[in-house]
Amino acid sequence: MAQHQVNYLKDGGLPVALTTIDKVVNWGRSNSIWALTYGLACCGIEMMASGASRYDFDRFGTIFRASPRQAELMVVAGTLTKKHAEFIRRLYDQMTEPKWVISMGSCANTGGMFNTYATVQGVDRVIPVDLYLPGCAPRPETLQYAVMMLQQKIRKEPASRSQKPKRLM
Amino acid sequence: MRAYTPKDNVQAKSYYTDRFWVAPQVAKSQVSDDAVFTADLAAIKAKFDVLDAYVQVEQMVVVINAADNYAVLELLKNECEYTQLSEMSAIDWLATEGKFEIFYQMLSMTKRKRVRIKCKIDENEAIQSVEKLFRSADWSEREMYDMFGVVVNNHPFMKRILMPDDWEGFPLRKTYPLQGDEFAAWYEVDKIFGKEAREIIGPENRDPARIDRYDTQRFSRLGHEVPFGTDISQGEPDTPLVYQEQEGVFMVEKFDAEKSVVISDRQR
Repeated sequence: MAQHQVNYLKDGGLPVALTTIDKVVNWGRSNSIWALTYGLACCGIEMMASGASRYDFDRFGTIFRASPRQAELMVVAGTLTKKHAEFIRRLYDQMTEPKWVISMGSCANTGGMFNTYATVQGVDRVIPVDLYLPGCAPRPETLQYAVMMLQQKIRKEPASRSQKPKRLM
Repeated sequence: MRAYTPKDNVQAKSYYTDRFWVAPQVAKSQVSDDAVFTADLAAIKAKFDVLDAYVQVEQMVVVINAADNYAVLELLKNECEYTQLSEMSAIDWLATEGKFEIFYQMLSMTKRKRVRIKCKIDENEAIQSVEKLFRSADWSEREMYDMFGVVVNNHPFMKRILMPDDWEGFPLRKTYPLQGDEFAAWYEVDKIFGKEAREIIGPENRDPARIDRYDTQRFSRLGHEVPFGTDISQGEPDTPLVYQEQEGVFMVEKFDAEKSVVISDRQR
């Protein structure tokens, strides 16, 4: 028996919130983006710095996972070689839907300064990319901003089971 | 000093060539100037043919026949105290001489001397492995095969070391293009999606500096983002950078500096 007067019609009175399924699901998704650890080169250092205490990715709900089965975001941080291309595609395929990809840094975007026979000229030749971060390497703030942009993108999408197919293949 | 040649038109050409330029050579000296090297060379000459021998940057260079490479290195290791093979690889002279040059860089810790053994082989000729003498030759010979296509006989695990196993071509040969041949250009596409995906994915963009102001499929302007593929030849709208939607987010509160409390008393 409540000893104090409760005004059920004022804000926070009723333990009920009216909203849509889309908003609830997207709220959950956008605030628990678990990222696959994918540091391929020096951008990986900036990605680790983003996860560490100073920049603190945990407050966005972004927690790095070592398994693609538990991850829904792949931050491709670094140079992708042609030898490694099949592995990144396999790991991407192993991630559960819905999934997103951030291409971090010049090398992942376009091959960057590695204009050679052994470097994939942009990871979007292999996997579909949602966000491209410029920089060599991008600072942790850039990656943080990218994650916030991705949160906005997730909130805009319908939360239905079937996702729109990404452009590559 | 070289004669001056006008370089006004250098930028128009992709590279600049001087017909009369001669590559500078490091000065060579006689082996007989150094007592230690003289003894080592005599030990090699007693058993094997020596095609050339000289001292360059305090290192003795001995050119031998390719067939003697194992025996010469064995002699240097067991009798001349050159106990380390610090480096070995090949040099591509196919364009000028039609041959590969194989070099072995030897180090003696007791004598504090370095000796380089060189030999030349034809393009399709194999060379004997020295992995039984020096374990460091294991990966070096694999790399030599990987990069130059020089086959090494009696190697325990003759396989590519850096490039993928199904790679075609040998990247450090002078004839191999820096940006890859046809096989290299489509390698990841062929392997992951199959050859039929080439048309969908398209060729590589080998000019990363290329920017098309009006291409909204591959580029976007920060602060002026538009949906994918929009025509912006008539100008594009301003979309200021925002960290959160203007109308707010479900169950996420915006930080309000007015409502925040600043704790000045640390002992509170």
